[in-house]
Amino acid sequence: MNRIVIVGASLAGLRTAEALRELGFEGQIAMIGDETELPYDRPPLSKQFLRGDWDTDRITLRSQDELSNRLKLELTTGTRALELRPDAHEVVLSDGRTLAYDRAVIATGARARTLPAAEVHQSAHVVRTKDDSAMLRTCLTTDARIVVVGAGFIGAEVAASAKALGCDVTIIEAAPVPLERQLGLAMGGACGALHARNGVSLRCGIGVSSFEPNAVLLADGTRLPADHVVVGVGARPNTEWLVSSGLVITDGIAVDEFCRAKLVDGTVLDDVVAVGDVARFPNRRYESTDGSGAPLSMRIEHWTNAADMALAAANTLLGHTVVYQPVPYFWSDQYSHKIQFFGRADGFDEVRVVDGDPDDAAWVALYRRGDRLVAALGVSKIRALVPFRQMLLDNASWATAIELTSTR
Amino acid sequence: MKITVDFDRCQSNALCMSAAPEVFEVRDDGFLYILVEEPGEEHRARVEEAARLCPTQAITLA
Repeated sequence: MNRIVIVGASLAGLRTAEALRELGFEGQIAMIGDETELPYDRPPLSKQFLRGDWDTDRITLRSQDELSNRLKLELTTGTRALELRPDAHEVVLSDGRTLAYDRAVIATGARARTLPAAEVHQSAHVVRTKDDSAMLRTCLTTDARIVVVGAGFIGAEVAASAKALGCDVTIIEAAPVPLERQLGLAMGGACGALHARNGVSLRCGIGVSSFEPNAVLLADGTRLPADHVVVGVGARPNTEWLVSSGLVITDGIAVDEFCRAKLVDGTVLDDVVAVGDVARFPNRRYESTDGSGAPLSMRIEHWTNAADMALAAANTLLGHTVVYQPVPYFWSDQYSHKIQFFGRADGFDEVRVVDGDPDDAAWVALYRRGDRLVAALGVSKIRALVPFRQMLLDNASWATAIELTSTR
Repeated sequence: MKITVDFDRCQSNALCMSAAPEVFEVRDDGFLYILVEEPGEEHRARVEEAARLCPTQAITLA
């Protein structure tokens, strides 16, 4: 095996290249990215970079020198992959080239979902790329009226950043509470309360009916004046370029527990893996909620998954079989609060606050499914949350987890 | 093995503490403290895991 082609030049692709080198791969690595930048880190785009605290250098993941000389990576930027041909072992690129590969890595990530109706507004934004963030930054001036549609991670962090810059911020969320799917009703509501505590208005359980050039109209007839609108309604995996490839695509590239892609006829490909936001994988650590007993299928759009899955996929490419069954992790910095979440709460039976108090904006909550601990949420409880990560890695029982909390 | 932490970058996610609690400690003040700046080789695997896990890539080993 001589050449590995990585399609996608963000965190997952870069970390795959690094893992391949760390594991001893000495062949050629070609990486293709559609953005014109060197690989950069996205979490700061709704926080430090958006606020202007960090510049481009600070979010650039690796310098050109590190990419070329340490990693010996042939990076092509500003170029899209148009097609993957698994039979011919080729990737067709937008610059006219066709690259042959021995192994291919799909790391094309996701893009922001948009609301076409928002285009009516004079200043509607999404935040996914560095340019998006830099553009939005110029709008966040003192007393600017900002309406954020969607109270997920991006929406909440943008709201907090805008508030810190002196804007007048309102968040609209269609669901009854923010992050309901990830945290459940009670904890989603408790996290949502952080906004009011910090002077940002959050309206849940109401949809947007339409946009005007200077306002957002809600389903109940409310008209919210808005100088700028930020749409944070999730992301879509970038899989369109693979439609002709014969790969299974179901809200992401379907891979097995070794990150290997599959053809629609059921064949598992040993030479094509998918990693990061674009990949949907079965996680043996968690059971599906459909009662089938199958592993829970997940596609995770978080930093840690991109890094962890890259390592697993690199192992697969080099012939080491390591089952990818992570304890997922995400964090979100909002105002002065740090929200951290380990595990998955899907199908949970009980959630219990075991430390602190949501009324004080600092607490730890544990999630039980059956007799197991399946997830742990911490809000501004960094130190107290730490032991639960290891417990989740150990598939600890609920009784063990509760015992720990009672002995502290 | 010498550990360097870029404290401007560190956001106190404490994943390092989870991986190598004998070396990294996030205290109740919210800041990371390095308990052993030059840990012995017996700590290498865990310290490397800590550096790998860090979501802000603030930890470097030399």
